[in-house]
Amino acid sequence: MLQATPTPATAAAMSGPSGPRPRSVTAGRVGLYAFLFFAALFFLLPMYVMIVTSLKTMGEIRMGNIFSLPSEMTIEPWIQAWNSACTGLNCSGIKVGFWNSVRILIPSVILSIFVGSLTGYALSLWRVRGANLLFAVLLLGAFLPYQVFIYPLVRIYSTVGIYGTMTGIVVTHIIFGLPLMTLLFRNYYASLPIELFKAARVDGGGFFQIFFRLMLPMSTPIVIVACILQVTGIWNDFLFGVIFAGRDNLPMTVQLNNIVNSTQGEKLYNVNMAATILTALVPLVVYFISGRWFVRGIAAGAVKG
Amino acid sequence: MATVSIRDLEIEFGNLKVLKNLDLEIEQGEFIVLLGPSGCGKSTLLNAVAGLLDISAGQIWIGGKNVTWEEPKDRGIGMVFQSYALYPRMTVTGNLSFGLKMAKTPKAEIDKRVARAAEILQIQPLLNRRPAELSGGQRQRVAIGRALVRDVDVFLFDEPLSNLDAKLRTELRVELKRLHQGLGSTMIYVTHDQIEALTLADRIAVMNGGVIQQLASPKEIYRRPLNRFVAGFVGSPSMNFVDGTLVVEEGRATFKLKDGRIVDLAGYEFVAPPEHGRPATLGIRPEQIDLEKREPNATTIPVNLTLVEPMGADSLVWGDVAGTQFSVRIDGDAHVDTPSVVDAWFEPAQASVFDLATGARL
Ligand SMILES: Nc1ncnc2c1ncn2[C@@H]1O[C@H](COP(=O)(O)OP(=O)(O)OP(=O)(O)O)[C@@H](O)[C@H]1O
Ligand SMILES: [Mg+2]
Repeated sequence: MLQATPTPATAAAMSGPSGPRPRSVTAGRVGLYAFLFFAALFFLLPMYVMIVTSLKTMGEIRMGNIFSLPSEMTIEPWIQAWNSACTGLNCSGIKVGFWNSVRILIPSVILSIFVGSLTGYALSLWRVRGANLLFAVLLLGAFLPYQVFIYPLVRIYSTVGIYGTMTGIVVTHIIFGLPLMTLLFRNYYASLPIELFKAARVDGGGFFQIFFRLMLPMSTPIVIVACILQVTGIWNDFLFGVIFAGRDNLPMTVQLNNIVNSTQGEKLYNVNMAATILTALVPLVVYFISGRWFVRGIAAGAVKG
Repeated sequence: MATVSIRDLEIEFGNLKVLKNLDLEIEQGEFIVLLGPSGCGKSTLLNAVAGLLDISAGQIWIGGKNVTWEEPKDRGIGMVFQSYALYPRMTVTGNLSFGLKMAKTPKAEIDKRVARAAEILQIQPLLNRRPAELSGGQRQRVAIGRALVRDVDVFLFDEPLSNLDAKLRTELRVELKRLHQGLGSTMIYVTHDQIEALTLADRIAVMNGGVIQQLASPKEIYRRPLNRFVAGFVGSPSMNFVDGTLVVEEGRATFKLKDGRIVDLAGYEFVAPPEHGRPATLGIRPEQIDLEKREPNATTIPVNLTLVEPMGADSLVWGDVAGTQFSVRIDGDAHVDTPSVVDAWFEPAQASVFDLATGARL
């Protein structure tokens, strides 16, 4: 056995920098953190005001200290907002809107993701004639202001008989979700090794077999991203809800607006704040539990053209 | 077991013609290797046989049937890809049985065939694992198994071993050879590794620029390359090329180097009677040259030796002939002085002479 004897050369090498580099606090770092701190403060302040106001009694609110903590905490405004806030003559709270939104959300999210993944799959992996043209048109559709589609859609829906119905609003969400969903899935499938698809072709898989058995099971990450985008987008929608959903299916956002803007008697700021927070809760929760996936998915969708 | 016949095949991507008027007849049970540099169209040709690509012209016949317009699954082929392409969300069993399920094979039959393939490839312990839990060699076996279970007549391999380390590659190469002998199926195998090509193939098709340069047995390709490209591509270290002119006097052919010295070519079999004064290239493999005279028919060529590169069992001696780089392979224990000028010996019958302009064998 040969013994390695330390030579002067290695000893000299050890005296220089070694191990992890010491972290130094630079002016840039300090500035960056200061900026982040103030930005966070700026965005959290309104949130803070909303929360404390929603927990105050109207008497305390009238005293005008909007930044002060509630002297006697009450959750009465929250209960009122949920159960008995009035929109016009109807006083059954925002819960009606909540359940309407849920009923709109679930089929819209599932179907828009399904349709988007199917078109994305067809456009990326199968040699569809004119696939690129189709895709360009779809993207163009995404960049046009969607207000221009509203009138034609109203006419079409009336003719078909789905105007002002649940079907109408769900179909609307599917249509307007299509460009983004297609883009997302197309890029995702295009980034998978093409040989997988070829192997499945050789194995005898057809269009739908390959989609359901191979592609969809591999799509979990992008489906999560699509879910996040669609849940927040559809939940926050106001315009389509007002126009297409019909009186009985008005989503939460529309109902919130009706509560906040109803002009009878005193403005119940605490109830309004509570109702607003309740409405914003779903997207907020989605962002909080899925922040990591969200960023990852946006990056995945954006990097590959 | 089936013949494969590619007739006048042409493939273009946009306006880039990747394959031109390509003809290839493969016999039943033959092991054909497509060998060529990167980008020469090997994968394209294989994909065309599999039916994964639109072709612009020509026909493809498998087992005596024109399959030019058939779907991949109806061609009786199995394909193994370089990147394995295992279905990531399925277990090994799921991967092996996917194709059979697509073909609506009865469950009992599926189980039987999966068990048989697993036995042949020795992957029984892995059947319940996902691809991510397998090593590279195991993945490649599963990929082969996927083609195996379907009882296909023709196997297509696209560089199946190139992602593996050298040792595993050698092992799997032997297994593939054994598999071929056992099954007797027709196999088309793409590689740019010439050792793989020389060891596995019944016949090698050397491709360049979308054209098959030579289709012959490994021995023939090595001994009598049809043109300068094949000569330079096959063999490692690669063949030495020395430019000069042919001199034919009284029916005896010699080769005149650029510095005016003469190399005797007695014993070389010309394809056609040589022409006096034709510019030509003399090609000699480093391993066909000796620094001593060992063969009775050997002739000499003057070499300037400058550098020895030991490679274990043997050494490569570098130098030049009339200003052109030249290498000689010698025994690892032999000693040579560098720099020195020596007469190296070679047998003209083993050498190659190419036309300088066209590169074709003379
Ligand atoms: N889908 C495609 N679109 C355009 N050109 C392509 C396409 N696929 C291959 N090519 C071109 O065709 C030529 C042949 O490609 P091919 O993949 O057959 O090469 P190869 O011989 O398999 O090379 P390698 O050994 O690197 O795999 C290349 O020049 C490549 O750029
Ligand atoms: Mg290739």
